[in-house]
Amino acid sequence: MEIPYTVDNHPETGVYNAKLGIWLFLASEVMLFGALFSSYILLRTTAPMWPHGSQVGLSVPLATVNTLVLIASSVTMVMSWASLRLKDFARYRLYMGATILCGLVFMVIKAFEYGAKFEHHIYPKTSTFFAIYFTLTGLHGLHVLGGMIVNGYLWGPGAKLWRTQPERFAHRIEVAGLYWHFVDLVWIFLFPVLYLL
Amino acid sequence: MSGTSAEEIRRETRGYVLVFVALMALTVITVGISYMHLPTLPAVALALLVAIVKGSLVACYFMHLLSEKKAIYAVLALTVVFFAVLMMMPVYGHHGSTAVR
Repeated sequence: MEIPYTVDNHPETGVYNAKLGIWLFLASEVMLFGALFSSYILLRTTAPMWPHGSQVGLSVPLATVNTLVLIASSVTMVMSWASLRLKDFARYRLYMGATILCGLVFMVIKAFEYGAKFEHHIYPKTSTFFAIYFTLTGLHGLHVLGGMIVNGYLWGPGAKLWRTQPERFAHRIEVAGLYWHFVDLVWIFLFPVLYLL
Repeated sequence: MSGTSAEEIRRETRGYVLVFVALMALTVITVGISYMHLPTLPAVALALLVAIVKGSLVACYFMHLLSEKKAIYAVLALTVVFFAVLMMMPVYGHHGSTAVR
């Protein structure tokens, strides 16, 4: 039996199932990261002293590069979906590949940042600042990794669906894109909060 | 694929590139502002303002929130309410507590 409304819009909601599903999931993610941002606000406003990120060795230039990389990956992600709407599968593959590559660059830079901290014996237990820094960026990094795994599947074996159900496949890319843009959106707030303020 | 013509999709992709340029510029601006070493309150307000503008561009254009359905807006409206509660809690939530400052 075919699951209804995987391609056509549901008459009640006006959207296909996966789109409603992903927005509900993203709503829960807003609460997850929101709780951590809320914790950050509480920790910072009640601390006797709170360092500026650059004072404790956070690299603003490196994080700025990471921000630009993630923004670029958001553009390539939406372009990959637009390519499918134009029925250009080769171009979809190119843009999705670029999205995965940008994700990889982000994670490599993050690994380099973390490595530099650990080399100087700076860990989450070092201070309240670093506890929340590693928690926020670590959880965000795991989300980037998860997104990369899904995007990798959709670039590779998952792309077979294009041949048999192209519209359903395009919907999957749209939904994966919504998740990826959310991950970018979280970093857009994380970057100034941790590195610039 | 339903709905939009190839020309409309190409027009949308030009829009994505413009948003990308705007996001890059706003990133440079936010870093530039941080180097001005403003007092805490204006620094926080400006940083959050730029972040909100950037986030809105991503949400409206990349996530297509400008042309979404009511069901999605309803989900997000509820999320905004609960998110606002989360943000207010550390500010208003510890009155009368015995926490050491």
